[in-house]
Amino acid sequence: MKSTRLVTALAAAGLVAAAPAVAQQTVKFPNIIELSGAGATVGTNWRNGVELAVSEINAAGGILGRKIVTEHVDTQSNPGTARAAIQRALDDNPVVIFGPIYSGSVKATMQLTADAGVPQIIGGEAADLTAQGSKFIFRTSFGQNVSMPKLANYLRDEVKAKSVAVIYVNNDFGKGGRDAIMKELQARNIKVAADLSTESGQADFAADVIKIKAANADAVFVYLNEEESARFLREVKKQGVSLPLVGETTLLGQKVIDLAGDAANGVRGHVGLTVDAPVPAMQEFGRKFQAKYNYKPDHNGVKGYIAPYMVKAAAEKAGKLDPKAIASALHGLTITPDKTPGILIEATWDTTGEIDRISFLAEVQNGKQVITKTLPKLKP
Amino acid sequence: MGEFIQLVVTGLTTGAIYALAAIGFTLLWQTSQTINFAQGEFVMLPAFFALAAMNVLGLPFSLAALVAIALSVLVLGVVFKTVVVDPLIRQGVLPLVISTIAVALLLKDGVKEVYSAEAQPFPSFVPDTVVTVLGTPVSLSQLGVLAVALAVIAALQGFLGGTRTGRQMQATAQNPTVARILGVPVERMVMYTFVINATLAAVASLLISPIYLAKFSNGEHLGLAAFVAAIVGGFNQVRGAIAGGLLVGVVDNLAAAYVSAAYRQAVPLALLVLIILFRPQGLLGRREERAV
Repeated sequence: MKSTRLVTALAAAGLVAAAPAVAQQTVKFPNIIELSGAGATVGTNWRNGVELAVSEINAAGGILGRKIVTEHVDTQSNPGTARAAIQRALDDNPVVIFGPIYSGSVKATMQLTADAGVPQIIGGEAADLTAQGSKFIFRTSFGQNVSMPKLANYLRDEVKAKSVAVIYVNNDFGKGGRDAIMKELQARNIKVAADLSTESGQADFAADVIKIKAANADAVFVYLNEEESARFLREVKKQGVSLPLVGETTLLGQKVIDLAGDAANGVRGHVGLTVDAPVPAMQEFGRKFQAKYNYKPDHNGVKGYIAPYMVKAAAEKAGKLDPKAIASALHGLTITPDKTPGILIEATWDTTGEIDRISFLAEVQNGKQVITKTLPKLKP
Repeated sequence: MGEFIQLVVTGLTTGAIYALAAIGFTLLWQTSQTINFAQGEFVMLPAFFALAAMNVLGLPFSLAALVAIALSVLVLGVVFKTVVVDPLIRQGVLPLVISTIAVALLLKDGVKEVYSAEAQPFPSFVPDTVVTVLGTPVSLSQLGVLAVALAVIAALQGFLGGTRTGRQMQATAQNPTVARILGVPVERMVMYTFVINATLAAVASLLISPIYLAKFSNGEHLGLAAFVAAIVGGFNQVRGAIAGGLLVGVVDNLAAAYVSAAYRQAVPLALLVLIILFRPQGLLGRREERAV
C-alpha cells in the first residue's frame, strides 16, 4: 500500500527531534482515499482540497492551538484495502478519519469507525450510507436520496422527458443512484426506456451507446464515475447521439469536461458543489486551488477542502479535540461562512450525518460549466 | 438489424487494434520464443510518449505521434530486446516470461508515478463525424481507426511476404538453425521483429487511447485481449492473430450488448477455453509436432 505524508512546516522542522513535545501540539488526521485505480481522479482532487485547507488552518494557528498533520493513504479504489487502512488508522486512536470517497469503500469501513466511536468524514453519496444507524458518519455532499428527487423534477419540468434511458455504473455508488432515480421517475410517470449497467473502469462504451440509440428515449440519465462519464460522452459524440444528457456532478464536473473536451458541451443536470457557483467564497476557493495545483478542482476538491473546516468548527463548538465530542457537536450543527469562511456555503448536518445546503442546476457550454439556477436548502 | 451492424463495425474497430497487439505476440514467439506478458503495457506506454512530447516539448499531435513511435522502437524494441530478452532467453522460456511480467509492472507503476494515476485526454486522428453506410449511421472516426489498423496489417503482410528481409524473417521464424546455415543474419532478423512489435504497439496505442483515454492501467485489459486473440487465432500464425483480434473485438462488443457489461470479458475467455479444448492450435494456427 502506498502511503504518502504531508508534514506541515512545523512538523518537518522539529517533529523528529522533539517528538514527544511536538506531538502534543499536533493532531493527526488520517486521510484514507482513492489515489490510484478507478477513483484516482476523485481521490486526487479530495487530497489536494484537504491539503489546501490544512495549510490554511495551520497558518492561522491550527485547531484549538494544535497544528494538523495529515497522512494520505491510498485505498487503490478497493474496499478491502480501504478497510485494512482504516483499521490500521484506528489503532492510533485518531480524532477523526477522512474518506473514503467511493461509497463501496465507505460501506466496508463505516462499522469500524462506528465501533471505535471516531467521526468519519466521507465523500460517498450512496443513499443508504446515512440510513444504517451510524452516529459517526458525516457527508460532505448530498446523498442520492437528496439529489435524485431534484434530478427527476428537472427531467420532468425542464427537459420535459416522457421516457428516459438510464445508464449507471455497477458499483455501490451507481446502483444506489440507479435505484433512487428509478423510484423518482416512476413516481412522476416517466417511462424508463432502457436500464443499462456498465462496469467500473469500463473503457469502451460503443455497445452501450448503440443500445441507447435503439431505445428511442427522450433523454438519457447518466450516472457513472468521472472517467467513465468522459469516455461515455466521447462515444456519444462519436456516434452522433443528440439526446439531452442529464446527470449529477459526476457528469458535469470539471475533470469530466477536461477529459471529454467538446463532447461535454450540452450536458446538463444538478450539481451540489462547483467552483462555478455564483458564490464568491466558492469562486475564490477555485482560484486558490488553481494557483496551487494548476488545474480547476471538481466537486471532490471542494468536499476535501471543507472536511478539515467541518472538524475545526465542531471541535471549537465542543471545546476539545475528542472524537465523540466532535461527532456529537456535528449533529444538528449549522456552519456558516461568516464564522468559518472555509465552509464556503452554509451547511447543516442532521442526526444521521446527512448534509443540507443550497445546490445548483447547471449546463456545460463551450467547455465551461454554467450555473442556470440556484436551488434552496431543503430545510431553510 | 442496424443495431447489429453497428455493433459488428465497432467490434471490428477495437478488434483491429487488438489484432495489432496480437500480431506482436505471435511475431515475438515465432522468432525468439518470447511470450511477452508486458504486451498490454507496450500498448499503454506510447500514448504517454506522445502526451509528453505534446505537453513538455510543445509539439503538434502529428509530430508527437512520430516521436512516440520512434521512442517506442527504441525503448520497447531495441532496449527491451538487448537488456531483458537477450540475457534471459538463455535461461529458458520461464525466467523470461516472469521477467516480462516484471517489465509490465515496472512500466505500469512507472507511468503512474512519473506521469499521473489519472486518465488523460488523448486526441484522435479522425474527426468525430457520423456517415451513413448502407442506411446505417457509422462513426467516421471508427472507420478511420479500422482503415489505419487494416492498412498497417496489410503493409506488414506485404513486407513479410514481398520483400527479401521479410522472407528472411519468416525463415528465421520457421527454423533459425537452417536459416543461419543459409546465410540469413538471424540476430538482425530477430531484432527487426522486436522493432516491428514496438511499432505495432505504438500504432495500437495511438488508435485506442482516444477511446480509452490514456491511463497507466490500460495495459491490463489490452494485454489480456491481445493474448486471447493470439491464442484463439493461432499463436504461430500472423493471419491467425489478425482473425483472433477481429473475432475477440466483435464477440466482446456483442457480449456487452446482448449478454451484459459484467460478462463482456468473460465471453472471449469462454471462447478461449473452447478453442483450447477443440482446436488447440487456434482457428488458423498450425499444429506443431514435438519429438521426445
